Amino acid sequence: MIKIERRLDQPRWLNVAVPLGSIAFAFLVMAVVLLATGHNPVDTYRRLFNAAFVGSAAWSATLTSATPLLFTGLAAATAFRMNLFNIGAEGQLYLGAVCSLGIAIWLGPGVGTTTTIVAMCVCGAGGGALWALIPGALKAFARTNEIITTLMLNYVAGQLLTYLIFDSASPWRDVSTIQTRSFPQSIALQPSQFWPTLTPRDIVVPFGFLLAIGVAIGLWVLFKRTRFGFEMSVIGDSNRAARYSGMRTRRKILAVMGLSGAVAGLGGASQVGDFSHVLDASPQGLQGAAFGYTGIVVAALARYNPLAVVLVGVLIGGLQNAGLYLQGPDFPTGLVGVMQGIILFCALGGELLIRYRVRFVPRAAQPAATEAAK
Amino acid sequence: MNDTLVVEVLTQAVVYGTPILFAALGELLAERSGVLNLGVEGMMLIGAVMGFWAMQHSSGPEGVALPLAVLTAAFAGMVVSSILAFLAISLRASQIVSGLALTIFCGGLGLASYLGNDLGLADVPPKHQFSDIDVFGLKDVPIAGPVLFHQSALVYLSWLFVLLISLYLMRTRIGLNTRAIGEAPGAADAMGISVPRYRYAHVLAGGALAGIGGACYSLAITPGWTDGDSLVGGAGWIAIALVIFAFWRPELCLIGAYLFGGLAGGLPSALQAHGYKIKPEVLNALPYIMTIVVLVIVSTGLGRRRLGAPAALGIPYVREER
Repeated sequence: MIKIERRLDQPRWLNVAVPLGSIAFAFLVMAVVLLATGHNPVDTYRRLFNAAFVGSAAWSATLTSATPLLFTGLAAATAFRMNLFNIGAEGQLYLGAVCSLGIAIWLGPGVGTTTTIVAMCVCGAGGGALWALIPGALKAFARTNEIITTLMLNYVAGQLLTYLIFDSASPWRDVSTIQTRSFPQSIALQPSQFWPTLTPRDIVVPFGFLLAIGVAIGLWVLFKRTRFGFEMSVIGDSNRAARYSGMRTRRKILAVMGLSGAVAGLGGASQVGDFSHVLDASPQGLQGAAFGYTGIVVAALARYNPLAVVLVGVLIGGLQNAGLYLQGPDFPTGLVGVMQGIILFCALGGELLIRYRVRFVPRAAQPAATEAAK
Repeated sequence: MNDTLVVEVLTQAVVYGTPILFAALGELLAERSGVLNLGVEGMMLIGAVMGFWAMQHSSGPEGVALPLAVLTAAFAGMVVSSILAFLAISLRASQIVSGLALTIFCGGLGLASYLGNDLGLADVPPKHQFSDIDVFGLKDVPIAGPVLFHQSALVYLSWLFVLLISLYLMRTRIGLNTRAIGEAPGAADAMGISVPRYRYAHVLAGGALAGIGGACYSLAITPGWTDGDSLVGGAGWIAIALVIFAFWRPELCLIGAYLFGGLAGGLPSALQAHGYKIKPEVLNALPYIMTIVVLVIVSTGLGRRRLGAPAALGIPYVREER
């Protein structure tokens, strides 16, 4: 007989142990899946681990995959903390990429790298924030379900991105060479506008990754050490209690949506400035990557803690990078998505162990049951 | 008469509304029992891929292969929905995050893509597909003919489901029990109705219907399978919006589905066919924008008091804490 009782106090070590245990359990489940599909799990895991975390080339590629996930993970964590389900990081990231590339094209290569980076960050964050404020305002003033509106806006943002890449009237479209006229893409950044990198021990650390860590620390301070963060968690726990105590919930919804969108938009700016330097419609482009949705996985695994988002983001980034590296007949596409899903399911199931205590009670020890049996 | 723009839009509205209708009916069943399942999009993708696979690999004639494919799609949707049921009902996890997890797991970069590629379904020409049936020879009746009497069997199956689910929820004992669980699980439990058992059953039934909805794409509308999530393209999310729009009533789902279907597929394809020059991106974005507009209207107007929403929707039921 299994009894599940609510924990009166939650020991702090559980907050670390349960997610780690969940990940370990997920890899066990995945091993069974791999065995069932005719792969050797030990060998697959070793190759995954090597491709993700062994050697400077692997680490460089992992940080490249992880950087956008840190931004989208932080964006999701920010909103989800207040029980505001912003699933629109995907679209907000597109808008950030579009706006930051736009300002870089407009400024031109002559203004200096620092100015370019600051302008790209401001415009990227602004674009993402404005896109997020549409569902934010609808939620605050019309109480429209934000899950659906943010998601629908992802598709709209995708169409907008396609339009800006393909349409000849678009100021983003590059029509300077024959190649770009037949394979449409946007105007590319000039090399002097590329975001810088650090290379300690041959590991390429993109500027965006450091920026994301900075944002994570900032958000952590905001959540844990300020009145704003406190009010966010009160509203998240009980909207009604927050309003009775005089908190301005509408304003908070707008602020948090805007902040969440701004972080996702920064991710878009970093994607353009650090990595792609161009917007295109290839399967490797923004729309094929689904950074926004993976960000939700990262945020949920990190239990919406911004510092944990950095760690989980690197882990999931490593998994994605290794999946891409190993892609082939014995490691089909989609397997990484399946693994992420299983990890997330295990983490969600593991939440039970944080909130509840599971006890195994022998049937005989239940006096009520034995009496009823007589 | 029957090739005017209006008739074409209406015909396509029924075609494109049908998958949304199936998925919305499934979601409605789950939500009426108090479980919000946000995994509809993922379940539809799984239904689409498995339905197409079953159709390609059954050796029988069309009359056997297609029903078998629909059943396989339903079963596949049911299997993946059981993950959400276990997490949300047995393990009391957040229904919203579990549903999102299900969509990510099943979605275009996850299980659906894995299965489709592993089973070698990409760019394979379909062996069979649902063709339009001329019901009672009424195909050439003005307006109603092409719109109502010249559609695929899946359309008529969806009508049957609307009728059955309406009767089930309003007129049968277990249907009433289900609604009681969605409104007040504590009271239903006290009456001796097993809340987990009912919720499991309805989430699984919802998964099956979402699977059939996905199969509408791979077997009828755009026969075949393509990698990524473009095959279903957000219809699962529109279905969730539709349930809100229909105030959790099956018969209103029917009307709403055709409204959304008209916007999603009917209007764009008809406008293009008639040579109207509108940017394709605008047409493609239209259904999503209209979904938002409709939701805003519903949430500011009649739905202000969440008319029809089951009171216990989205709340895990824990007997010890009621």
